Amino acid sequence: MSTLAIALRNLFRNRRRSLATLFAMMIGASSILLFGGYVRNIVYGLQTGYVQEGGHLQLQHRDYFLYGSGDPTAYGIANYDQVIDTLRKDPVLAPLLTVVTPTLEFGGIAGNFAAGVSRTIMASGVVVEDQNALRRWNDYGFPGAPEVMSLSGTGPDAAVIGTGVARVLRLCAPLHVPDCPSPTAKPAPTGAELPADVAILTAREGPTAGSEVANDGTRVELLAATASGAPNVARLRVVKAEGQGIKELDDIYVSLHLAQAQRLLYGSAAPQATAIALQLHHTGDIPAARARLEELLSTSLKGTPLAVYDFQTLHPYYGQTVGLFTAIFGFIAVLIGAIVLFTVGNTMNAAVVERTVEIGTLRAIGLRRSGIRRLFVCEGILIGVLGAALGVTVALILAGLINHSGLTWTPPGRIEPIHLHVRVWGEVRMLVDTALGLTVVAVISAWWPARRASRLQVVEALRHV
Amino acid sequence: MDPLILKSVKKTYRLDKVEVPALVDIDLRIHPHCFTVLSGASGSGKTTLLNLIGCIDRPDEGEVTVAGQAVASLSDNALADFRLRHIGFIFQNFNLLPVLTAYENIEYPLLLTRIPATARRKRVHELLEAVGLSKHERHWPGQLSGGQRQRVAVARALATAPELVLADEPTANLDSQTGAAIIALMRAMQRDYRATFVFSSHDPKILAEADDAVLLQDGRVISHERRRSPGGVQ
Repeated sequence: MSTLAIALRNLFRNRRRSLATLFAMMIGASSILLFGGYVRNIVYGLQTGYVQEGGHLQLQHRDYFLYGSGDPTAYGIANYDQVIDTLRKDPVLAPLLTVVTPTLEFGGIAGNFAAGVSRTIMASGVVVEDQNALRRWNDYGFPGAPEVMSLSGTGPDAAVIGTGVARVLRLCAPLHVPDCPSPTAKPAPTGAELPADVAILTAREGPTAGSEVANDGTRVELLAATASGAPNVARLRVVKAEGQGIKELDDIYVSLHLAQAQRLLYGSAAPQATAIALQLHHTGDIPAARARLEELLSTSLKGTPLAVYDFQTLHPYYGQTVGLFTAIFGFIAVLIGAIVLFTVGNTMNAAVVERTVEIGTLRAIGLRRSGIRRLFVCEGILIGVLGAALGVTVALILAGLINHSGLTWTPPGRIEPIHLHVRVWGEVRMLVDTALGLTVVAVISAWWPARRASRLQVVEALRHV
Repeated sequence: MDPLILKSVKKTYRLDKVEVPALVDIDLRIHPHCFTVLSGASGSGKTTLLNLIGCIDRPDEGEVTVAGQAVASLSDNALADFRLRHIGFIFQNFNLLPVLTAYENIEYPLLLTRIPATARRKRVHELLEAVGLSKHERHWPGQLSGGQRQRVAVARALATAPELVLADEPTANLDSQTGAAIIALMRAMQRDYRATFVFSSHDPKILAEADDAVLLQDGRVISHERRRSPGGVQ
């Protein structure tokens, strides 16, 4: 008959009180786990979004991240295709990679001169096939097939714009953008023809294959500064207006083929990219991949003014979101921990009072103070372990029910509702940490009553009524 | 060697600001292998004396020597170990652990002494047999009668083969017939296991069984009468 076995029997002497304590622990543990699972899903979702959009790591001109937005062409990567080739052939890096793709980002002015409107935009030139490959990354097993880019299978002059850009450029009707009311104040009509200077620039840019189609109201002119600082214009065919989830992004978003973007910015000069995105098989591979990249930059790519950035550095919002949710999670965990602390403490205190004569008897028989302490601490451990185990079980069941309930919600930064998913199953670290944490809290709760029990005077304890 | 010697023992309790002397200058020598009864009116100091003899309380003054060991110098842990090996307790309310079966209650002190499982099992079965509860070894205390519980308590007290067994009013919560049976059992066990039994009791049946009778009054030993030779042979 071990101390643990006696502790277990003692635990079920006052079944109602023990069950109430276990119930409190169960609710506490399952609440922490369900909220933790919900947070995990948000964090993984956010991470998946960023990784699908721009990879885990990016190679950029070392000053592009801080100064590039003002003049992207000044911080281009001239020999980007050679760099990509080196990366793809590197025996250490290659096994870690899923996609390596160049991107070219720049600012400009998009105009619908037929409607007499224009606005500043941020454009992104991409390799569509590579972007579609990026979108297939789904290391966290989110349900549903990845959406291919709307630029897929389109001509070289095609572009996708944000719904905000479409609204301002009066393209809602031809692009069939829903919920896009016309403004009450209409711009002064400037005629359907291009201004002469823009027309000259457009003509100089030259016709693009597939662009010789009638203007069906989806044409826009994109004005940008070339690498030499001169203005240049590309005439683009907007194939779709897509909501970006955030109005500020919606109002400036333009996506086009990389070749088109390079022609606009570099003309007949050697094309460049502003970033090389690298997507890895797993986020956990980032340190290894980064280390190898740093090594390559100091050896075979020595002389290229490049620096490595991870997606967390490139998107500070990710870190802020993770930090916010971690703080909320921590606050809730501390709150629940405090409730468990007092509930278990109260139960153990009541047990000590009820069993005072027993404590006296055990001490008289020859059990040391440490033996009494061990007995009550064991009961605390058992309450902790059983409560945590129940909590984990209930959390797994509830998470399963929630995940199959079909409930949806629209997280910040998204336009389409997504399935409400709570990630508890498989989150071993979270499960272990929560169970262990609450068990430790239960043991701490039991410690003080156990100490009090062990310090009782034998004679006083035996006299207790 | 005498199992118990008390020299000039004093014990005073404090009730609020009033000091109440419980024992005054007790000099007592208990003979080995005897059935000794401490008697006296309520408040005479029987239980206090038994607590000091049992090493669960300490005197304010004087010396208590149990089984040749002066206990005043022992630490709390050493006292616990000493009680485990040298003293058995039988309580008025039986004080069995309700979460342990009859077998486990008797086994518990043996577990503390860490003797091997085989020897432990043998000892427990021997004691269960001796107190006539072999068929009740798996019963919980709640499933036993008062007399049966006290039998288990007697067996538990003798589990570690102590030199000294102390019993505080062991028949007070039993009917007269059961009480008599328990006294007979304890007497038999005392003889069989050659232990020294010290009781506090008002029960005339116990007094009649005593080898030695110690009468207490107002915390003092009034008389110490030798009635029989050790082992109950007159």
